[in-house]
Amino acid sequence: MAKSKTIKVDYLARVEGEGALYVRYDDGGVHDVKLKIFEPPRFFEGFMRGRDLREAPDITARICGICPIAYQMSAVYAMEDALGLTLPPELHALRRLIYCGEWIESHTLHIYMLHAPDFLGYPGAVAMAKDHPQIVQNGLRIKKAGNAIVGLLGGREVHPINVRVGGFYRVPNAAELQPLREQLLHARDMAIETVRWTASLPFPNFERAQSEQYEFVALSHADEYPMNRGSITSTRGLAIPVSAYESHFREEHIEYSSALHSTLIERGAYFVGPMARYNLNADRLSPLVRQLADEVGFPPFTANPFQSIVVRSLEVLFAFDEALRLIDNYRRPDVSYVPVAPCAGTGYGATEAPRGLLYHRYQIDDAGKIAAAKIVAPTSQNQKTIEDDLRLILPKFMHLPEKQLQARCEQAIRNYDPCISCSTHFLKLHLQRSERIGP
Amino acid sequence: MVQPARNLDGSNTKARLAVWKFTSCDGCQLSLLDCEDELLQLADCVEIAYFMEASSATSPGPYDLSLVEGSVTTADEVRRIHEIRAQSRILVTIGACATAGGIQALRNFSDVDDFIAAVYAHPEYIDTLKTSTPIGAHVPVDFELHGCPINKRQLLEVISAFLHQRPPQVPAHSVCIECKMRGNVCVWVAHGTPCLGPVTHAGCGAICPTYSRGCYGCYGPKENPNTVSLCHWWQQELGAEKALVIEYLRNFNAASPVFEAASRKLEGDDGQE
Repeated sequence: MAKSKTIKVDYLARVEGEGALYVRYDDGGVHDVKLKIFEPPRFFEGFMRGRDLREAPDITARICGICPIAYQMSAVYAMEDALGLTLPPELHALRRLIYCGEWIESHTLHIYMLHAPDFLGYPGAVAMAKDHPQIVQNGLRIKKAGNAIVGLLGGREVHPINVRVGGFYRVPNAAELQPLREQLLHARDMAIETVRWTASLPFPNFERAQSEQYEFVALSHADEYPMNRGSITSTRGLAIPVSAYESHFREEHIEYSSALHSTLIERGAYFVGPMARYNLNADRLSPLVRQLADEVGFPPFTANPFQSIVVRSLEVLFAFDEALRLIDNYRRPDVSYVPVAPCAGTGYGATEAPRGLLYHRYQIDDAGKIAAAKIVAPTSQNQKTIEDDLRLILPKFMHLPEKQLQARCEQAIRNYDPCISCSTHFLKLHLQRSERIGP
Repeated sequence: MVQPARNLDGSNTKARLAVWKFTSCDGCQLSLLDCEDELLQLADCVEIAYFMEASSATSPGPYDLSLVEGSVTTADEVRRIHEIRAQSRILVTIGACATAGGIQALRNFSDVDDFIAAVYAHPEYIDTLKTSTPIGAHVPVDFELHGCPINKRQLLEVISAFLHQRPPQVPAHSVCIECKMRGNVCVWVAHGTPCLGPVTHAGCGAICPTYSRGCYGCYGPKENPNTVSLCHWWQQELGAEKALVIEYLRNFNAASPVFEAASRKLEGDDGQE
């Protein structure tokens, strides 16, 4: 009888938040996979009850230090939905611009500092910089340009202060955007190099069988590559308004794990994030991005999650192009915000965080206080797909020495850029801790 | 910028830096990775011995300087902070969670079971403390860097200062002073906008007033703030509802002793004051 082995990673590195991995397998197959989230709960949905709706962008930003804009954007659109507010297109364009900044800084952090070291065999970017200083320095410059957008429009990079329900506290004049434009143009050249570089990385060969194909889920919008508006669509024909999210998606407890998993009702696991956006919307990318994808031979549809690093690079380049387009077409809004008149209602908001679909629902009372809040973060939606990947990836790499096998598992998790401090919805797990890391 | 520093025991080896996470959003440790211009230089000057968000390579203590992010919300975190303190020559807390319990300290004003029931379908799986407490409530802390999030310039100053065994140059005055230094028009005086600037610790550069909004206190209380006067002015002169003042005091630094006392006093007031 085959001897059972376990892979145990007590503390996943180079992800945001705290997570662990437990895999039990033998020559007969993989018997148990648990992606464990032990980030302590922070109860955002609980303590938002009774707070003023206008506080939502400031409070929800604190869910995540890497993608605060995503939380602010989903929150403000949900609140405006509840209040029946319509924003002029100039304010919408500015929101898209600040979101471009977040995509650039967050994706670039992931590409260069969290994920690329896996491909090149380093424990982190600082170690990688000793052998590849130019690569890491380019990454830092690209990231800085993304942060410059968030810094200007948001006031600061982490937990920006300028986003409000109805618009912004202050909108920039065109002259303020010009120095930013110069910086973006310069960094865009490095983003082009990033695409070429990531496309040349050695990708493990991993494609799921036809019967096990992913269902990719992302926003889609007729006129634009999805960022902060659109309907929810999937590669298996789903096409619903954001308000119908909870009729189609469910969070559930899995018996062996106390972390909430999201599933598509009667369909199961699904996949959100850059690959889903790309696979559903590649035709709406800018000409420069499509041209570069062609140049490096990257197809408009990919089902190998290890290639997500290339998709992120293409999205970074897109975000530069889009930011430059928005700056060149910028017309200062007549008002910085549309006034808010509190009234009772329920509002829904979904935007594309760097890591994927981020859904918010709020119920507001007639005094403008939050009566109920529901927030579903991208990583919680991908948890089940991550576990399925590990189940399917392991048999293909079982010939590797155990240490390499473990590294491959961690790399497979980092494909998703899991952001597990977003603990609005994760449960504390009772872990059997081991003093030593590894099998 | 940070200069090469000797190990604090006087040896010539590089000083060893560790970054630790407790209950938090990761934003303050991210501020270190957001030092795009200085990160590689810093890595030349110190040995980054433990920083899980940035590297899967870790080396055991002792550490010369530990930066601690996040608040204490589980029994395991209580145990872990004592271990970290024992391994750290200098321990600096970074951010509102680590210095004042963070936004998750809102549970301290309520029954945590209510929050658990509001968020989780199976409360029996939840293992969390009734309170969220700052690191300083559990172990001695050498320096507290305020902010939600911290300011990365101040972070570099603090790292540099401790590695060179000098006090960090981090002013303890109010946001008002920073506002004046930026030449801002006072949003309170000119527009009647409620602002926590007079009682809030400097460090952000007075961003909110610069962007035409009132300070919402994310850096926590300054040294010796007059919260009684502030609450009076907000209510009497600006016409703010008591509930609004309490809401402003109870956000990212709700459990800092000064803001907590001020908000509890307001809550206890019967409106006769």
